[in-house]
Amino acid sequence: MQQFPCPFCGLRDEREFHFAGEAGKTRPDTTKEISDADWTTYLYYCTNAKGPSREIWVHTTCQEYFVMTRDTVSMEVLSTEALNEDAA
Amino acid sequence: MTRHYSALSLLREGLKGHTGWAPLWRSPAPKDTYDVVIVGGGGHGLATAYYLAKNHGVTNVAVIEKGWLGGGNTGRNTTVIRSNYFYPESTALYDLSVRLYEGLSRDINYNVMFSQRGMMVLAHSDAEMELAARTVNAMQLGGADAELLDGKEVQKKAPVLNFRDDARYPIHGAIFQGRGGTGRHDAVAWGYARAADRLGVDIIQNCEVTGFLIEGGVCKGVETSQGLIRSGSVGVATAGHSSVLAEMGGYKLPLHSYALQAFVTEAIKPFMDTVAFSPMTGSYFSQSDKGGLVIGGGLDRVPSYGQRGNTPTQETVLAGIIDMAPALAKVKLLRHWAGIVDVSPDSSPLIGPSGTEGIYINCGWGTGGFKAIPAGGYLFAHLLANGAHHDISRPFDPGRFNTGHLIDEAAGSGIAH
Ligand SMILES: Cc1cc2nc3c(=O)[nH]c(=O)nc-3n(C[C@H](O)[C@H](O)[C@H](O)COP(=O)(O)OP(=O)(O)OC[C@H]3O[C@@H](n4cnc5c(N)ncnc54)[C@H](O)[C@@H]3O)c2cc1C
Ligand SMILES: [Zn+2]
Repeated sequence: MQQFPCPFCGLRDEREFHFAGEAGKTRPDTTKEISDADWTTYLYYCTNAKGPSREIWVHTTCQEYFVMTRDTVSMEVLSTEALNEDAA
Repeated sequence: MTRHYSALSLLREGLKGHTGWAPLWRSPAPKDTYDVVIVGGGGHGLATAYYLAKNHGVTNVAVIEKGWLGGGNTGRNTTVIRSNYFYPESTALYDLSVRLYEGLSRDINYNVMFSQRGMMVLAHSDAEMELAARTVNAMQLGGADAELLDGKEVQKKAPVLNFRDDARYPIHGAIFQGRGGTGRHDAVAWGYARAADRLGVDIIQNCEVTGFLIEGGVCKGVETSQGLIRSGSVGVATAGHSSVLAEMGGYKLPLHSYALQAFVTEAIKPFMDTVAFSPMTGSYFSQSDKGGLVIGGGLDRVPSYGQRGNTPTQETVLAGIIDMAPALAKVKLLRHWAGIVDVSPDSSPLIGPSGTEGIYINCGWGTGGFKAIPAGGYLFAHLLANGAHHDISRPFDPGRFNTGHLIDEAAGSGIAH
């Protein structure tokens, strides 16, 4: 069993966490005209990196979203940080 | 050298002490140039090479594999073959595959041990029975065989399942596909490799693709650990590593890679002669010819390239099996492993141009692409030979994510593998 560090609660059982998506995606401004390609990129395309990967996770018990950087091969957690306005 | 397999050649070789069998395939050094290079020597890559040569006469072909043939998911899967999907596009695709599997051993002169022992998807409530009826109807309309079984009929087929009064998930019935079953995974890889080799395809193992040769925005070949190989077009069938190749080739994919685990128990006496899957627990099992139970379940919940499973999912899968068949509680596990599968947003595969000219992709099979190896190879070969889709692969073009024509089998048939 792996433990992940929630920035708010500390080390907790991996079953309490849920992967929400890759970090760094910005939702297109839907008040303006956006192309299908841009919308598709936002909705579906991803890097799916082998190695270090910056991701958004949610700790389901405290319901906080945060950024976790992990190595997707060794599964080692490299860092976690709270999600603030200029984080992701 | 004996190349053809038959009762007669077995007898002849037996009398000669089995000294005359030819190797299954050659191991040539790569040539400078091919008409088509296939990246990935799993089932899909090897089948593609075979059908390119057999159906389209394209024989100047190389399959480039970084490890050994079938060392990816093809040699790691639980070998369930079926076409019990919901949407007509899926039924057309997967049933083509089941039909090709039905004739495969004869076609490639190699016994892939396709055992059509049937496959049951259990239903655990009246509401699930209604959805099961809907799936059965959809399959029949799509031309696949399907039957709705009631609880008694399920019990007759598999008395070992949990029919106790206190069952957490009581069995109300099942979707049964009699043409479904299991095959031998290694044999599928080796059989296609041998058949492709005999038609002139070069199979190159221990050769990793490290980049694409792009000239003027068009792919002209691949860079490998054994040097540059030029090619008219390149087909990529690398399953869980598809995104890594996409990064090298300058195109994007909508895939996440996850570990999927499997388990084999010690050999026991004949226990169940069909395949049983419970969508409620996500677990399924069948019994191999050696007597071991082959067990699978849902994906690990953490995206991974680690090729080993995590313990929470292990517990979930095994607890599900005990729920399904409590008599198995004390049976020991012999082996346990994981493969890295490429999961797409709609749980359907991607077959089509990659976005970079000259590179074509066959990926996104996720947890269920063993059953699809013959069809995936057949359709991908058609695409590579003609530069245009076969009617059956067209709906699976990656362009569907732009147009919104998703084929959502996770929602459609509720089956994640
Ligand atoms: C535990 C488990 C159970 C499963 N159960 C079932 C089942 O019951 N039924 C079913 O239908 N499906 C099942 N699947 C899914 C099925 O195994 C896969 O969808 C299918 O095998 C994919 O075949 P493939 O040829 O595309 O990929 P693979 O067999 O994975 O082949 C891809 C190959 O590409 C090679 N490669 C990667 N990168 C490079 C590179 N840079 N250069 C050269 N080569 C490279 C890899 O080494 C690999 O051999 C299961 C999968 C797993 C892991
Ligand atoms: Zn928390």
